[in-house]
Amino acid sequence: MLARAGAGGRSWLLLALALVLAAPVLVVAGSWLAGPSPNWPHLRATVLPGYVWMSLLLALGTGLGTLVIGVGSAWAMARLRFPGHRLLEWALLLPLACPAYLIAYTWTGLLASEGALQQALAVPLPDIRGPAGAVAMFTLVLYPYVYLMARAAFIGQAALAQEVARTLGAGPWRRFFRVALPLARPAIVAGLALVLMETLADYGTVAYFGVPTLSTGIYRTWFGLGDRLAAAQLAGVLLLAMVVLLWLERHARQQRRIAGNGEPAPPRTLARGPGSLLAALLWLPILLGFILPMLQLLLWSLPRWRELLAPDFLALLGTSLLIAGSTAIAATALGLLLIWARRLRADRPRRAAARLAGFGYAVPGTVLAVGVVMVLATVDRGLNDGLAALGLPTPGLLFSGTLFAVIFACTVRFLTIPVQGLDAGLQNLSPNLDSAARSLGARPAALLRRVHLPLLRVPLATSALLVFVDTLKELPAALVLRPFNTNTLAVRAFELASDEQLADAALPALAILLAGVAPVVLLTRSMRVPHAPSG
Amino acid sequence: MRRLGLLVALLTATLITTGCGTQTDEVNVYSARKEALIKPLLDRFSEQTGITVNLITGSADALVERLKAEGEHSPADLLITVDAGRLYRAQQEGLLATTTSDELDRQVPPALREPEGRWFGLSVRGRVIVYAPDRVDPANLSTYEALADPQWAGRICIRSSDNIYNQSLVASLIAHDGEQATRQWAEGLVANMARDPVGGDRDQIKAVAAGDCDLAVVNTYYLGMMQADQDAETRDIAHRVRVFWPNQDGRGIHINISGAGITANAPNPDNAQKLLEFLVSDESQRWYAETNHEYPVRPGVATSELLQSWGDFKQDDLPLVKLGELNADAVKVMDQAGWK
Repeated sequence: MLARAGAGGRSWLLLALALVLAAPVLVVAGSWLAGPSPNWPHLRATVLPGYVWMSLLLALGTGLGTLVIGVGSAWAMARLRFPGHRLLEWALLLPLACPAYLIAYTWTGLLASEGALQQALAVPLPDIRGPAGAVAMFTLVLYPYVYLMARAAFIGQAALAQEVARTLGAGPWRRFFRVALPLARPAIVAGLALVLMETLADYGTVAYFGVPTLSTGIYRTWFGLGDRLAAAQLAGVLLLAMVVLLWLERHARQQRRIAGNGEPAPPRTLARGPGSLLAALLWLPILLGFILPMLQLLLWSLPRWRELLAPDFLALLGTSLLIAGSTAIAATALGLLLIWARRLRADRPRRAAARLAGFGYAVPGTVLAVGVVMVLATVDRGLNDGLAALGLPTPGLLFSGTLFAVIFACTVRFLTIPVQGLDAGLQNLSPNLDSAARSLGARPAALLRRVHLPLLRVPLATSALLVFVDTLKELPAALVLRPFNTNTLAVRAFELASDEQLADAALPALAILLAGVAPVVLLTRSMRVPHAPSG
Repeated sequence: MRRLGLLVALLTATLITTGCGTQTDEVNVYSARKEALIKPLLDRFSEQTGITVNLITGSADALVERLKAEGEHSPADLLITVDAGRLYRAQQEGLLATTTSDELDRQVPPALREPEGRWFGLSVRGRVIVYAPDRVDPANLSTYEALADPQWAGRICIRSSDNIYNQSLVASLIAHDGEQATRQWAEGLVANMARDPVGGDRDQIKAVAAGDCDLAVVNTYYLGMMQADQDAETRDIAHRVRVFWPNQDGRGIHINISGAGITANAPNPDNAQKLLEFLVSDESQRWYAETNHEYPVRPGVATSELLQSWGDFKQDDLPLVKLGELNADAVKVMDQAGWK
């Protein structure tokens, strides 16, 4: 069917696909069409300015924090060699396995006045539960997004640009800021966009820290005030912020036209002294964002290790891996389809389709989950009513009542990751490649299989990994959309942690962390393969 | 493309394995009570009756939305929540059916159930004051209303107004004192807070124990769970605070319930009713007390030793439907008072 539709028809099919994927968000945001809610004046006069201000503050703080740590570490890892480099290469990704809400609970426990740390130290420890603490938590677990993207970009940069700058008399700092950084900007901005969206959509951390943001405001308005319309309109405000972010990201990308050429620059080996110092510095975010929280969780779960052997625990692990794996495959495949189709032919519908695909990331998980329920249940109802009218047996809730709903929701939520990652990756490939392949008679499918896919191996692996780990950590979708008697690690951990039974939550939490580590190690292996020349 | 095929195969497999588990003798439960706090009871029910119980847990708000979206095709038979406000919302959406059962009416006092039997309380939790005995003379404590008194300036810890239990407490104050008075009360309370609201109820108890504030407003079972914790340190912290039952000379302490209602489109309403009746039986009621330190819905059922150690109290008999009706007003009052 797709083949016969012609390129223009296919464009509309792609747009229809993107619309289906964006539908859960659109039904929520579409509530603006109903006019402002009667509660809107109350919200504007009391809490709304505070929500917006706090969300901006968190985004700004987390953006800065992740930029400094992410870009700094990426540059050091890409361009320098020092003791412990190989280990750091994957260790820097470890905090990625840690959901923000979990690290928030864990650090609160670590710093608590009755905790071991405070007992051992004479100086009073700060209370991290506040805006500054939230920024710190987000920065610690989200910097790997920037690191991952920036590192790939720095590695891919041709030595030539650096050489030219050097012969023109530019010192190392100037070369970094004037040459390397601008060349890596699209990748960095892509990572940063993910960081900011994740920050804005977070609910668990800010709710626990008592920081009123747009996302806690949405919950409160919907479920406390009982005003779905106003809540959806708040979600619309959040969505608007995302659209601005995505636009900024695209804008940054368009300014860059040079695809890197030639051999990557060889890394410089540091002397032992400064090298060790740098390594120690790079271990710091890993220590704070992974090692210490993990030790605390380990401490908590030691008295409960027997639960590990319960068959129920293996079932949890299995379901979590099934959902995360299916979502990783689905999201990466769909992201590739949308982005690649736009490269073939960047007409209006295809451009719109690629842009629509990122929306799911912009709304808090529960809001998205409710959107998914609304969409899928409507489909199910239609299906059942239709079949009943024809006198056929009805299948029940085929979509909304099965794991399909969970996987669909997670796919919608994380689709933006492969879309951003593959977009940045494809842009690194010169259009001349396509022209050359096409002039040699390659059809689009062959172009994809024989040219693009091999060259996109790193961004594909990166995207799939990020989706996998994110899905493993994802709560709200799994929470509301689960079929009967189905559980995941994140649900178990969250149910216990949110009831402030942190010690009981430690075991499933630890399992999420460890299940997230394995793909991180795998990814680093795939990244170690010499980077494909671009252009 | 091979990948896409794999995906389709995978999805089909999941659909087949999870989609059609239709047995005749079963009951399907949507529960906002966490799995650990309901599953053991459900298992016991299955043992006794041979009825299979299928369970989904999740946030009440999301489960209500799911129920609503599924409409007449919903497989759910029973909705369990941990506060009356959400049951009221489900009722308002027309999601709950009326149930007549002598057993339920006998076990559950009228204030703790919906008049037409749309939902029933399963267990009772009080929202009370805890204080540090070395810094607070309980003689100075009296009512919720008195927490706005300037003598408590900078001494009170309470969690965020996002929390449903605070919303219900404020709704009960609106019901008793009126909206105007409650707004002034909320402003006074905010002025008396030792810090911006942060963390959950356990954190407020810890803060009182640590000396960050002198009193806190918390749900009873959190203190119970801490006093019975596996961890000696937690037990020690929890024993550094005392319970004060407010409003004993008046209406009594503010209470809320965990409760349940049979859904409007329940495919197995008879089994759902059996389960409901089981959940209010003396056996189950004792289990709530032993496991989650909640009070039985019907006075007279023996509670746990720990609960008895806190002494007896008088409880507000405001019909809990009111809490649901006034929830939105409560949120607005708290917004206006600047209660974060």
